[in-house]
Amino acid sequence: MKCTAMKSVSAVFHPLARALHWLMAVLILTMLFIGVSMVSDLTPRHTLFLQLHKATGLALLVLVLLRIVVRLSLAHPPLPQDIPPLQRWAAGASHLLLYGLMLAMPLLGWGMLSAGGYPLPLQLPAIAPHDLQLHALLRQAHGVLGYLLFATVLVHLGAALVHALVRRDGVLRSMWPTASKVDRCR
Amino acid sequence: MSTPLHGPAKAVRLAAIGLGLTALGALFVYAAGGFGHAHLTPQRIIDTFEAQAGHYPGFRKNHAKGLCVSGYFQSSGLAASLSSARVFSQPRVPVIGRFAIGGANPHSPDTSVPTRSLAIQLSSDDGQVWRTGMNSPPVLAVSTPEAFYEQVLAATPDPVTGKPDPARLQAFFAAHPQSAAFRQWAAVYKPSDSFANTDYNSLNAFRLIDTAGQAHPVRWRLVAQAPFAALPAQVDDQQFLQHDLNQRLAQAPLRWTLRLSLAEPGDPIDDPARAWPAERRSVDAGTLVIERVDAPEQGACRDLNFDPLILPRGIEPSADPILAARSAAYAESFKHRSRESLSPGARP
Repeated sequence: MKCTAMKSVSAVFHPLARALHWLMAVLILTMLFIGVSMVSDLTPRHTLFLQLHKATGLALLVLVLLRIVVRLSLAHPPLPQDIPPLQRWAAGASHLLLYGLMLAMPLLGWGMLSAGGYPLPLQLPAIAPHDLQLHALLRQAHGVLGYLLFATVLVHLGAALVHALVRRDGVLRSMWPTASKVDRCR
Repeated sequence: MSTPLHGPAKAVRLAAIGLGLTALGALFVYAAGGFGHAHLTPQRIIDTFEAQAGHYPGFRKNHAKGLCVSGYFQSSGLAASLSSARVFSQPRVPVIGRFAIGGANPHSPDTSVPTRSLAIQLSSDDGQVWRTGMNSPPVLAVSTPEAFYEQVLAATPDPVTGKPDPARLQAFFAAHPQSAAFRQWAAVYKPSDSFANTDYNSLNAFRLIDTAGQAHPVRWRLVAQAPFAALPAQVDDQQFLQHDLNQRLAQAPLRWTLRLSLAEPGDPIDDPARAWPAERRSVDAGTLVIERVDAPEQGACRDLNFDPLILPRGIEPSADPILAARSAAYAESFKHRSRESLSPGARP
């Protein structure tokens, strides 16, 4: 593809961004399923899932912080030019929401354990005072936002599939793990 | 890059995407229990407690009536070779605790319930926390959460008499031969006149992990140092045990010996209904000293979940299914009462 030097942009995400995306996608979906199922489980699996949930939540907090840095510092491919403004806005808003929820969920988990007076994994410090009412609020928020995160992930997945299978515009390929760097003119 | 699809091909693919997303969404709802649960859940247990005893917003959903105490644990050092947990070597570990009577009604008379409990939190100087909830019976009547639930149902109070139907209880025990040890205990059980001269048992087994990583299956018991005295036949004071505890603590601290009982190969580690032979090696790990009592339902213990799986490094759970179920059900109770605390006046 031949473009003027100024207008040539990468059509795929940086490999680090793609690695973070897919790693977090797997972890987040696993976390959501573990989260909603463990609360109604009273077998020893409950104990195991709870430990796994806390450890993975902490890992996801570190990963999302790294990912925000990557998102802000590395160039990312633009959306195809023929996307209507409303869809363009929806894409931006849903990504902002995803980032917000990915950041909020582990912090709410950490906060609700702190407010519930529970000891924390790795003896991390409490980030909220021991307060039963605050615990209730944070726990409710953790639950409600968990469902919102799942809904947002579904919308995100649906949009990606429409891009790949209906519009066939290369948007999914730009995040595909094995995609090679292709330049594109804008 | 290919061209966008149009017409029927587009419709088919959109429908397939919609179907896929719906399936994933339905799977999530299923995992969350949206289509009901075939298995026993902590929610069902807590709901059943409330259905039987009544709804008392803000209170614990079992062992609802109790009071907060504080003191310390004085380690003897004798258990330090069995577990690397700091509580077994630190000379003085701060303790927050709660004495309670069994049952989900926070207004029951103190002496109307045979089961008494003591839950404590030990906070050692390495930042580790140990919570353990102990009951007066040495064993449970059941080995599984499902059988426990059946026991709760069998003990449903008769709406006329307000007491469990003896025939129904008898039928339950007949159908659950593993309750033999519990029934033997209940047959000779003589209630004492105080929380202070009651022994409290861990019920479940745990694993002490020593510095070499070796596991030692263990149960523990707080053995009262105050001498036994039988409960008077006639007690009119509904707060008899609470008043007694206040009086005793106004005079002097109260003491219990923390006695560890160590299993031999072949002992039932994961079955809380079966006692271990009395001759098993025991180790006195230290002395629990209770110094102060707070007002009923007030104090530092109130907003703690005494989840028996909050363990320090050096103590691990056994595979006892009731231990995991206790942890899950306590969490559910804590969720209920913390949520209820948001409504005005719903705090004990």
